[in-house]
Amino acid sequence: MSSEAATQGAISDRLARRFEAVAGRAALVTFVCGGDPTPDITPSILHGLVRGGADIIEIGMPFTDPMADGPAIQAGNIRALGAGISLRRLLAIVAEFRGIDAETPLILMGYVNPILAFGVDAFAAAAKAAGLDGVIIVDLPPEEADEVRPALSAEGLHLVRLATPTTDAARLPAVLQGASGFLYYVAVAGITGQNSAEATDIADAVARLQAATALPVAVGFGVKTPEQAAAIARHADAVVVGSAIVQLVGEAHARLSNDIGGEVERFVGTLAEAVRSARVKEVA
Amino acid sequence: MLERLENAPSLRSGPDANGHFGVFGGRYVAETLMPLILELEREYRAAQADPAFAAELDDLLKHYVGRPSPLYFAEMLTKKLGGAKVYLKRDELNHTGAHKINNCIGQILLARRMHKTRIIAETGAGQHGVATATVAARFGLPCVIYMGARDIARQAPNVFRMKLLGAEVVPVTSGSQTLKDAMNEALRDWVTNVHDTFYIIGTAAGPHPYPELVRDFQSVIGTEAKAQLLEAEGRLPDVAVAAVGGGSNAIGLFHPFLDDCVELVGIEAAGHGLKSGEHAASLTGGRPGVLHGNKTFLLQNEDGQITDAHSISAGLDYPGIGPEHAWLHSIGRVRYESITDDEALAAFRMLAEVEGIIPALEPAHALAYVAKRAPQMAADAILLMNLCGRGDKDIFTVADALGVKL
Repeated sequence: MSSEAATQGAISDRLARRFEAVAGRAALVTFVCGGDPTPDITPSILHGLVRGGADIIEIGMPFTDPMADGPAIQAGNIRALGAGISLRRLLAIVAEFRGIDAETPLILMGYVNPILAFGVDAFAAAAKAAGLDGVIIVDLPPEEADEVRPALSAEGLHLVRLATPTTDAARLPAVLQGASGFLYYVAVAGITGQNSAEATDIADAVARLQAATALPVAVGFGVKTPEQAAAIARHADAVVVGSAIVQLVGEAHARLSNDIGGEVERFVGTLAEAVRSARVKEVA
Repeated sequence: MLERLENAPSLRSGPDANGHFGVFGGRYVAETLMPLILELEREYRAAQADPAFAAELDDLLKHYVGRPSPLYFAEMLTKKLGGAKVYLKRDELNHTGAHKINNCIGQILLARRMHKTRIIAETGAGQHGVATATVAARFGLPCVIYMGARDIARQAPNVFRMKLLGAEVVPVTSGSQTLKDAMNEALRDWVTNVHDTFYIIGTAAGPHPYPELVRDFQSVIGTEAKAQLLEAEGRLPDVAVAAVGGGSNAIGLFHPFLDDCVELVGIEAAGHGLKSGEHAASLTGGRPGVLHGNKTFLLQNEDGQITDAHSISAGLDYPGIGPEHAWLHSIGRVRYESITDDEALAAFRMLAEVEGIIPALEPAHALAYVAKRAPQMAADAILLMNLCGRGDKDIFTVADALGVKL
């Protein structure tokens, strides 16, 4: 127990610092597929996210069979894999980003098989060395998490847990047991980039989760527009936007845009503006 | 070689409480689905303890499916091969023409217990899709079948059957456009419609408790065969053989024999040959990993990306295998061999010519192994094979492979 407590204490706290720094408003979390449309373009997109106002970045670990993702992120995965991304190369991109930006938290999000193929211990060590802050593994519920969590926490990496509309009060403690970094609330039962939840439902769910955990609560799935982001930002500790950005990357790539990073920056700017002013407007 | 130690622990007691067979199996699903699969497990335990559930299942298997299926001594085939006596378990004579219906009947009764009002399923060859559409029609529930666009092209008769039965068939155009991708799409539907939808998984794979309950519903094959063979020969077979894609017919045949002195052989699809890289032999040519809710052997590259399977048989064209097979392989209880497209085609023709039975391409793989193995066995040895499906659905594929235009 004491060694567990010690590693928890040593856990990467870029995330905690970032949530402290944005206190008083919701953080904007943005998702892109790593290596999409090509590994060479990814760094400029990551920096574009930051310049546009993203507080935290989730980088998708591409997988051939993204079972929880809708068409936009499926297409992003296919583009990235087709362009030759691998988990090893993605970690190199993370390290390169970290060399320029020491503070923006970076979370890898994806499915467990590429991590198992890499080797759990080797992955945790490489992820730490690259400057990653945590991991979200969509198909690793708490019941299977012991396979990965000890290696991650030994390296001070967060394993972010997911709660959903089907996570009832009886199950929530199991989800929160061992959760760290923040709690990701999946606002709709479904896949990424499809339906959007009602704002009142989200407010209720966030209140319920905030009462059960001291971790910040981030809300994602179905958040596509600045208006939707602002509505969630009034209640949640963070708002996650993914498919809308991946869609934009795909469209810009199809147009042969030579400034995908700039296009991403401008779109994220509209999201950041909406998130930053959400609670101010409500007070006014 | 296969004698069991006195008091050895049973190999039939898995999975453990968390759905693991050794290190395989488990519940690798999105959090949205976790409460539902836990509820399914609770409901399945309740059904197992409910005599009314077993009575209704047995009644439907007898009068609707046509069980027990015959155990047939293939005398002509035995003569031709010149070795062991070959017995065929005739699951191709079931209603809908394959073993798939055994499982679908069981699962739709569970769906009704759980008050689910909509059925979804994935299908490869179309046999599971047809069986699901059949039980959905019988129980008056709307049904959506996800099927790879490539499989739709090569299994046209089954697609039409599903539509006649009132199912909506949704073509899946992502990935390799085969069974794996159909399963991805069915999982996406399920996670979106989790409140009212029951997912009837067709093979002994997926998150716990699916591998267990599919196995249990399919074990009627081995249980019947065991009793029938005892009646016909007064003893158990020396060897039992079944084709393995996801592995539901094979686990259904093998499971009742796991604690007996019977050699068990599963036959994977070697496609164009293991060395060609174009095959579906996940045990012989794959490595452990996680896909579709369970840990098992998978065809994958060094980066953990799933690679495309290939088999002339749409039903075997899957890059994984049920977790109980992965475990039985790892402990050496079942031996897994592989058979190429060409060998399966030859066996397909042989059974039609020698016994007047047109087998599906899936069991034709098992049959090709029988053709190699039987001549090496003594004349008083017994070889049991599960003839898990009939070949009507495959005549276009076979004609194409033989260069015949229909």
